[in-house]
Amino acid sequence: MSKFTIPKEEYLSKGHSGCAGCGATLLARFCLKALGPKTIINSPACCWSVVQGVWPRAALKVPVVDHAFECTGAVSSGIRAALEIKGIDDVTVVGWAGDGGTADIGLQSLSGAIDRRTDFLYIMYDNEAYMNTGVQTSGCTPLYAWTNTDPGGKKREWRNIGKKRIMDMLIANGIVYGATVSIAYPEDLIAKIKKSRCIKGPKFIHALSPCPPGWKIPTSKSVEVARLATQTGIFPLYEYENGVMTLSKDIKNKPVEEYLMLQGRFRHLTSEMLFEIQKKVDEEYEALKARCQRSG
Amino acid sequence: MIDLMTGNVAAAKAAMLAGVEVVAAYPITPQTSISEKLAEMVANDEIKAKYIKVESEHSAMAALIGASYMGARTFTATSSQGLALMHEMLFWAAGARRPIVMTVVSRSLGPPWNIWTDHMDVIGERDTGWMQFFCENNQEALDLILLAYKVAEDKEVMLPTMVIEDGFILSHTFEKVDIPAKEEVDFFLPPFNPDVKVNFRKPRRYGSLVMPDWTMEFRYNNYLAMEKAKKKFAEAGSAFSKAFGRDYSSLIESYRCEGAEAVLIITGSAAGTAKVAADRMRERGKKVGVAKMRVFRPFPNEELLKLAENVRTIGVFDRSYTFGYGGAIYSEVRNALFSLAADLKVKGYIGGLGGRDVTETDFEKIFDDLLTLRRSGLASNQVDWVGLKDGSMRW
Ligand SMILES: Cc1ncc(C[n+]2csc(CCOP(=O)(O)OP(=O)(O)O)c2C)c(N)n1
Ligand code: SF4
Repeated sequence: MSKFTIPKEEYLSKGHSGCAGCGATLLARFCLKALGPKTIINSPACCWSVVQGVWPRAALKVPVVDHAFECTGAVSSGIRAALEIKGIDDVTVVGWAGDGGTADIGLQSLSGAIDRRTDFLYIMYDNEAYMNTGVQTSGCTPLYAWTNTDPGGKKREWRNIGKKRIMDMLIANGIVYGATVSIAYPEDLIAKIKKSRCIKGPKFIHALSPCPPGWKIPTSKSVEVARLATQTGIFPLYEYENGVMTLSKDIKNKPVEEYLMLQGRFRHLTSEMLFEIQKKVDEEYEALKARCQRSG
Repeated sequence: MIDLMTGNVAAAKAAMLAGVEVVAAYPITPQTSISEKLAEMVANDEIKAKYIKVESEHSAMAALIGASYMGARTFTATSSQGLALMHEMLFWAAGARRPIVMTVVSRSLGPPWNIWTDHMDVIGERDTGWMQFFCENNQEALDLILLAYKVAEDKEVMLPTMVIEDGFILSHTFEKVDIPAKEEVDFFLPPFNPDVKVNFRKPRRYGSLVMPDWTMEFRYNNYLAMEKAKKKFAEAGSAFSKAFGRDYSSLIESYRCEGAEAVLIITGSAAGTAKVAADRMRERGKKVGVAKMRVFRPFPNEELLKLAENVRTIGVFDRSYTFGYGGAIYSEVRNALFSLAADLKVKGYIGGLGGRDVTETDFEKIFDDLLTLRRSGLASNQVDWVGLKDGSMRW
């Protein structure tokens, strides 16, 4: 008999306004199960401001503070400071933001919050573009991807640099815990969120969140695409704690093509481009493994 | 207790007396010594507060919005470029109805780089939904902060407030300040306990997405709150004078306006200089007075109309300039008094920009100009720049 390890409680109500197949919404559902009721979410402008529903309704069963685009780190610091002065110590403060609101416009206040040693968990749901405004390139858009601001066109020029290495930047900045998670591996995801809750200080979760309209995938394929991202080594699952990196699953066994060719945003890739991406992924994966062995 | 102190120390002491719980601030001249003083007070346990070392003014305001949602009394201070950087979050604080109090040590905006006072930073934020109280001296820099919390946190108001203190002229100049006892302040200003704050037993979303079918109602509520704030200021001001013996029961302070033939409306520290000039004019038998506008937002229409019942020649001194037009306060005063337009003359003066000294002689000239205007058949709609080097002052 297999044991069902995903908590049964639901903190995301039915009737939210996420797109069908939205990876970020499924991610939130899992994260909230791991976080529980003593959680306060703060969230900037992003898809999430819409997904949670329209006033006077709200889809979450925990308190949520909405705020401007670039201040997730700062609002988290403010909430934590107020909780501390009020003597409340059993609440998890969660900053919940998209990749643009994190790695681009919100990087300053996130870096500030890490510097301030704010005790909070920052979850970046990474759909690899500015989706709320209709698919524009962000610092987390991958190499050669199509977006509306890297449209290819006559010049056939797409995103010309790989994803910003946000986790490395934040480790250098001083987070106490970091982890990558995926909706395709919910048990790993829940275990990491639960663990991070018990660690004091600034913590960062990088979650790959497939987006059917932005990635041009069928709404039924989000989880499959997420799984392929890990199986191809494009989005490896790992953990960082106290200077130690650990690979959570060493399951890279598929060519990147299997992941990329499922998505309309990569349909234009030539065999040279595929070769280049494969080479980069292989190198990065080996470097990550070496780092894990060294520190482990 | 009476002590000698700068405006910035007075502001920090006021925040302490108000029992602020969360402070977030970022350095900028001439504000910096307020945040340093508060950091020192927190470090020495003189106040039980959290000091958040933010990495920008934008984050200072964002952090305080978060803290205020949790029910904490909050304070910050800034100037000039810092205030401009906060712009987006100023709207957010007002829309979210967080009664944050902030001292703005007014300073010119660059370029040209200039660290000295004018009100262009403050006037640039007049439409963000904040109340704006101007200080004439260091005593007011302290008193108006206490009053600001009282009005801002009123359940029918719940709006953030800027207390404006002129850079260097007040911020770095020593004056005698009467510091009220902590127990008296506690009695005047009970702890912050807002109806809207995060409650884990009743989870809600704050700052939600609202469609066109309701957004106007949210805005209308902000409008109502501003309107109510006028009465609330007067009430709190009366309570303040009872408690501390200094009168703030009106939004506009009239100085020698009885029987005046011309009155000059003014904000901030230059009001003190204008008062001295009015005294001198009166000594010479010239009937002039000063109307110091303490509260610019909400705009004191009613008090202005009352003032204008008795004076038909009004000057307005703006320490700021609205590009392409003139002084903001001038245009609003003219607008407010439009219904009395028939024989009313309102003239604007712009001066004191970027810390340019505004002297008693300048104000005497302004008063003479107003008296001449009163006697002339001329209508007034021009704006004069006062104190320019090239002699282009019009007299
Ligand atoms: C200061 C500011 N600039 C721009 C915007 C417009 N804006 C709202 S959401 C958004 C994109 C958000 O992208 P991301 O953070 O990646 O989250 P996603 O929408 O993909 O979920 C942008 C550009 C804004 N709200 N505020
Ligand atoms: S656009 Fe993408 S990320 Fe946004 S709600 Fe839809 S599926 Fe989710």
